Amino acid sequence: MMAERLAVPKTFKLYIGGKFPRTKSGRTIRVAHRDERIIAHVGRASRDDLAAAVAAARGAQGAWANATAYLRGQIMYRMAEMLDGKHEEFTSLLASTVPGGIRRARKEVGAAVDRLVCFAGWTDKFSHVLAGCNPVAGPYDNVTVPEAVGVTAVIAPDEEPLLALVSLIAPPLCVGNTIVALGSGAHPLATCVFGEVCATSDVPPGVVNLLTGMRSELIPHIAHHRDIDAIHAANLPKSQRQVLRAGAAENIKRVTVHKLAADAWYDDNACHNPWLIEPFVEMKTTWRPVGA
Amino acid sequence: MTAQSTRQPELSFGSAWRYADAPDSTPIEIAHRYGHFIDGEFVEPADGKHIATINPATDEPISDIAAGDESDVDRAVRAARAAQAKWARTKPRERAKYLFRIARRIQERAHELAVLETKDAGTPIRESRDLHIPLAAQHFFYNAGWADKLRYAFAVASPRPVGVCGQIIPAGAPLLMAARKLAPALACGNTCILKPSELSSLVVLRLAEILQEVELPPGVVNIVTGGAKTGEALAAHTGLRAISFTGSTETGKRIARAAAETGARVTLQLSGKSPNIVFADASLDQAIEGAVQGVFFSRGLSCCAGARLLVEEPILGEIVRKLKIRMATIRVGDPLDKNTDVGPLACKQQLDTIKAYLKTACDASAQLHETSASPLPKKGSWCRPTLLTDVHPSDVACREEIPGPVLAVMTFRTPDEAIAQANDTPFGLAAGVWTDKGSKGREIANRLKAGVVWCNTYHKFDAASPVGGCRESGLGREGGIQGLRPYVEFS
Repeated sequence: MMAERLAVPKTFKLYIGGKFPRTKSGRTIRVAHRDERIIAHVGRASRDDLAAAVAAARGAQGAWANATAYLRGQIMYRMAEMLDGKHEEFTSLLASTVPGGIRRARKEVGAAVDRLVCFAGWTDKFSHVLAGCNPVAGPYDNVTVPEAVGVTAVIAPDEEPLLALVSLIAPPLCVGNTIVALGSGAHPLATCVFGEVCATSDVPPGVVNLLTGMRSELIPHIAHHRDIDAIHAANLPKSQRQVLRAGAAENIKRVTVHKLAADAWYDDNACHNPWLIEPFVEMKTTWRPVGA
Repeated sequence: MTAQSTRQPELSFGSAWRYADAPDSTPIEIAHRYGHFIDGEFVEPADGKHIATINPATDEPISDIAAGDESDVDRAVRAARAAQAKWARTKPRERAKYLFRIARRIQERAHELAVLETKDAGTPIRESRDLHIPLAAQHFFYNAGWADKLRYAFAVASPRPVGVCGQIIPAGAPLLMAARKLAPALACGNTCILKPSELSSLVVLRLAEILQEVELPPGVVNIVTGGAKTGEALAAHTGLRAISFTGSTETGKRIARAAAETGARVTLQLSGKSPNIVFADASLDQAIEGAVQGVFFSRGLSCCAGARLLVEEPILGEIVRKLKIRMATIRVGDPLDKNTDVGPLACKQQLDTIKAYLKTACDASAQLHETSASPLPKKGSWCRPTLLTDVHPSDVACREEIPGPVLAVMTFRTPDEAIAQANDTPFGLAAGVWTDKGSKGREIANRLKAGVVWCNTYHKFDAASPVGGCRESGLGREGGIQGLRPYVEFS
């Protein structure tokens, strides 16, 4: 009789500065399968972990924004390639905890891949669409160009945990922002494995940082963190939106909170649009004399 | 300051130090003969006729390519028409994915493509490897992203594809030229018939293999090879909704006349005689480098070659002296050699044309200076980088496009005179301005009749940046948002 081989399950960890650390708090979230078996314990990120992630994002921001748009595009396309390569793994992870089964999960992973491809294409096009050359009444070349805001915090909802996470990360990322993302607390596994996608896609360390944890616990810290420049979130209850906006006022963070039904994440027209990018750029106008 | 005191020491090793040969010996598979690429397959030409394609550096035949006639062209147009509706209906994001795949395959096979282009077209390997092939990949990558974003490129709700497009490209940088036309056309939902130059079809046929590998639907891209007759048959075909041509102004006008008959929309990238203007306050060493890169390194075959160097009078002596020193280090020879700057001409006919221009110029008073760093190979058609001084702006050599590495140097005294001279040709393709004063550079740029102006640089290209000429240098642009425009219709 052949002895059955015992599987070697993955330890799910955070992704900060290109590494996979455990949470400094030592706390975990229990992840239950739809059949109620406990299948994992993922890190429950603390304020400390958030601070480390923001520091990593800040450190990586200048170089990411200064990379050519073409290079950022190729790296984001590579993320799409790697995510597609892990299609099966993501599908079964999502199906294990999210209602709707394998078919729904497969559709979600496919849409997440396509979303990355779309924003890979925006890297070298958003300035075509958002920039302008201003016909001022004088002998000046006057141009307005969009630049990245800086470090963007992403707060993903529990619905469509992978697709929503990717959809919130991609717009600020493609213009040169670096990201600190808090994934779904109810379905955290895909967030953890998305770190592997980033780690194998030539995404420079610190450009994308991924936390798993409790929204209610971390939102006040995100709101008040002085080194976060913008926030991209979806489907937050009113109380959390208020906390975010009040904290954000302290250093004038740019806050965008969408309200989207589960179906809406699959709507390409709504989710592929350059006005999703625009909240994460600053417009810089330069005057240069002509003649004389 | 006297001329004596400005003289700088120059490094001269004579023949003491020589470059070791550094040929790229990567073996490349090349079939004995190639057919047309129609409806997703390689097919024999209708009348079975092939022509030899040679290595211009050795005059040795490399392979045989099909010589297309009207019936081959017609077959390709029918395939493109049959494929068009479905391709246009394909979800934009799926069309994008095909183009991304093509970009990735070009990147994967970049070295092979570079060596093949060098063997078939004579482009120095440094240029095909570092410039042409990577840029070709970028054009596919960049335009791929447009496929699902066209509504944001234009201020109209739903840009539609034009339909079946004929595309004719020259010998110089075949894969890049093909990418500049195919990528935006496909992104916008058109289907294409591409005719490469008979002098450098092989790398384009290799692209056809890539299209098969990425499973691009049959008929979306068709490639018909052959000479001028094939091109004429394509331009005259009534099944085309658009025709795009890169090449000489003379042929461009014939294409435009043919399109007047068929009603096809026309995009033209034609000849130039681009001025490179150097002011006394420029960084002269950078300007010299720009002038050399701008006209010599592409063997003058780039349509944007900076063939006229307009120099502010007081610095003429210094510029010519520095140019001669720089030119002495230019290496002409085996294009597969990694140290080669200038390769062979594409064909014998080009050499004859160049010689005729140089003779006319010299008869009229021009002083001719050739670089002579390396002995020319015995076989093939070669032209050393050549400097013409003491020329007059009205000389033929200063007004007409010379298909080779020939730089005519003239002087000006005031910015107005520089502008007048720069604009005094029927062309308007590219221009260069060299000055360390930004406001002056911008004013000159504004007043130049040119589709592209490079300030303190020259010969820079990017898929996100449009190129193309005004006046008799062409119609429409390639690259950037503007490069999509020939391939979409509104309303």
